Amino acid sequence: GGSCRSLAARLGPVCLDAASFSRRRLSFGPQFVYTPESADKSLGETSRMNLFQAVTSALDNTLANDPSAVVFGEDVAFGGVFRCTVGLKDKYGKDRVFNTPLSEQGIVGFAIGHAVAGATTVAEIQFGDYIFPAFDQIANEASKYRYRSGNHFNCGSLTVRAPIGAVGHGALYHSQSPEGFFAHLPGIKVVIPRGPIQAKGLLLACINDPDPCFYFEPKILYRSAVEDVPVNGYVLPIGKAEVLIEGSDVTLIGYGTQVHVLREVARLAQSELGVSCELIDMRTILPFDEETVYASVCKTGRCLIAHEAPLTGGFGAELAASVQEHCFLNLEAPVRRVAGHDTPFPHIFENFYLPNQRRCLAAIKDLIGY
Amino acid sequence: RLRQSLLGRLPGLSNARRLLSAPPSGMPPDDEKPMFPGSRSSFTTQLDFIHPENFEGIPVYRLVNRRGDLVDGAPEPTLAGNKDLCLQVYETMLQLNIMDKILYDSQRQGRISFYMTSFGEEGIVANAAALNPNDLVFCQYRESGVLMQRGMELERFMDQCYSNDSDMNRGRQMPVHYGSKDHSFVTVSSPLATQMPQASGAAYAFKRMQNGLCVVCYFGDGSASEGDAHAALNFAATLDCPVMFVCRNNGYAISTPTSDQYRGDGIAIRGPAFGIPTVRVDGNDVFALYEVTQQARQLCLTEMRPTLIEMMTYRLGHHSTSDDSSAYRSVDELSFWDREDNPIIRMRKFLTKRGWWSDEQETATKQAIRKRVLQKFAQAEKRLKPNPMEMFSDVWARMPPRLRQQMEDTRRHLEAETSHYPELKNYKPIADVE
Repeated sequence: GGSCRSLAARLGPVCLDAASFSRRRLSFGPQFVYTPESADKSLGETSRMNLFQAVTSALDNTLANDPSAVVFGEDVAFGGVFRCTVGLKDKYGKDRVFNTPLSEQGIVGFAIGHAVAGATTVAEIQFGDYIFPAFDQIANEASKYRYRSGNHFNCGSLTVRAPIGAVGHGALYHSQSPEGFFAHLPGIKVVIPRGPIQAKGLLLACINDPDPCFYFEPKILYRSAVEDVPVNGYVLPIGKAEVLIEGSDVTLIGYGTQVHVLREVARLAQSELGVSCELIDMRTILPFDEETVYASVCKTGRCLIAHEAPLTGGFGAELAASVQEHCFLNLEAPVRRVAGHDTPFPHIFENFYLPNQRRCLAAIKDLIGY
Repeated sequence: RLRQSLLGRLPGLSNARRLLSAPPSGMPPDDEKPMFPGSRSSFTTQLDFIHPENFEGIPVYRLVNRRGDLVDGAPEPTLAGNKDLCLQVYETMLQLNIMDKILYDSQRQGRISFYMTSFGEEGIVANAAALNPNDLVFCQYRESGVLMQRGMELERFMDQCYSNDSDMNRGRQMPVHYGSKDHSFVTVSSPLATQMPQASGAAYAFKRMQNGLCVVCYFGDGSASEGDAHAALNFAATLDCPVMFVCRNNGYAISTPTSDQYRGDGIAIRGPAFGIPTVRVDGNDVFALYEVTQQARQLCLTEMRPTLIEMMTYRLGHHSTSDDSSAYRSVDELSFWDREDNPIIRMRKFLTKRGWWSDEQETATKQAIRKRVLQKFAQAEKRLKPNPMEMFSDVWARMPPRLRQQMEDTRRHLEAETSHYPELKNYKPIADVE
């Protein structure tokens, strides 16, 4: 994947000869080939964008059309550590695109208040791994604001963005997928895109949504996912999963980067095992699309859920419980999850940790042979 | 004054004068001056630690003393120039005090589940009187006086405490967690200090809206220790937010005295550390409070920056109905403040000496207030609780299908098993459509 190229770039002039380089070259991180998609023609003119550029485009559209909108977080002003906010400060001014002090609890608390005052607010947390100081503000405040005030107050115009997921070398604190913690908070929405076209439409949907939204961007896709993305604003539906490949034998469920791993798994299942897989991208973790999931599993009779986050208590557990409750009589085999192990996210062991193609394929074999 | 008192009391720091003078502008590079990013002081060869215990402490601004007399040499307070406002503030403090007594007792009688009083801190009414009614207020939980000063009707306090069908929060929160959009008073939440960075953010939005309003954020001496408090002050200062932070330093966080809460000079000393104009005031002197609030508001709006007011006061009541403070403080300490130094007694003395109040008026007013409060109380007690189906709304702006399913399952369960839920007779009917 994209990790090879960045590894080579970093080795650069230190690498003396091709032979020694290939001996040292190891490929880490999620193994996938990104399959670009195309946007609906009705959305008009497009431009080649990677995922971080698609995010910039969504923010640009927002700042252009909504005078109340502001974007802030650590290092946002110069363009952001992942370049998601490049050019925005110069275009819209430093009162609208600005740096905050280094405090996630401050960033989210400040963002909630800004939204309570009625203004559109897009806050950035630099890595999903660092969102935890803000968890009190998210769990005890943002998610409960409307409910506890009898709808006198709300922070619905808030969106919090954070990069998540494996990147090949991130280890414990630059690779986490925290969506499971947030799935447990009634009152918020949690959205994870799989590519640039999805990213822009879902981010704009989050920004326009009347509830506080948490939008997690798979960081490994920032550069490696490139598509022709509509330059104007458009929204994609929150709360709706998408069936990407239709199949008859096994339902594969994932989100974010894992969707691309599962695409490859579906292809291998067909070629190696003669098994036809149906692939679903959840897109929204909370509130999740029950209808699409149950319809698929009731049809195929077998369900494999895959996510990078650790197995126990991960979002897959909720999906598995719900699927077995609603599809029990249609199931040919137990619902399976292939996930990160119940360990912190390791450094040199990343390839053995992730729910990679071979682990997913092995699980499909189990499902078929049950 | 802060500059002078700091300089006078920090021994051995002869360069201190330059520490607090305005930073030089447009200076050419000079190796005699520190050039570190953000530097604004001088070099010294004198090795002196700043010993905070040698610092006398930020003085307490006060205009009227415990005997109800204007302090010698003090200017005439602005509030004292307005007799009608004085009497209105005083009567509002009395009403708060009487409502608190009645509602506290009602909890002991098992009629409401929980209560928190404002005994000893009724002066907050004077602070609210100096605000614009549209300044957005974020508070902790002991600021009912602000809501009362802004005109929230008596019955609405009680409806909330009873969680009945007229409760603004629709029966969802514990008593005293008031909120009101119409009164620009953001709904109380139990977690401490979470409101503080929110206040900074709301103030930033107000600044951009150019609406001529500020945000006011109340918090206690205990809450000031939370991480959110530091983040709030830092963000407000660095992002130039017109927010007035008001700390009610009442000496206790439940049983924890301030001597266990901090080692520095209270909360006020932290303001300048963050770059925030700060004042410490006698919170039991309504005249000083009013003055300070007016000035702070002016500063916030003309300079577009935060201010910090530490109001020194004393919590006369228990922390809440779940607390018995005789377990951790002496009767003597309590009775000093109760008899000699609280906002109501001090204002009463001043008003009486001015000839604006009398013992007869005191008796008659208290009787009238008590009658009014009891009447509203009786009405609130009789009202039904909300339809249990309201448990499911307002979680998200629109109810998602999964939650709607839970609501329908609950409705069917309650309808099928009504006899096992006798309390349902106290609620609005389940069958009522939302």
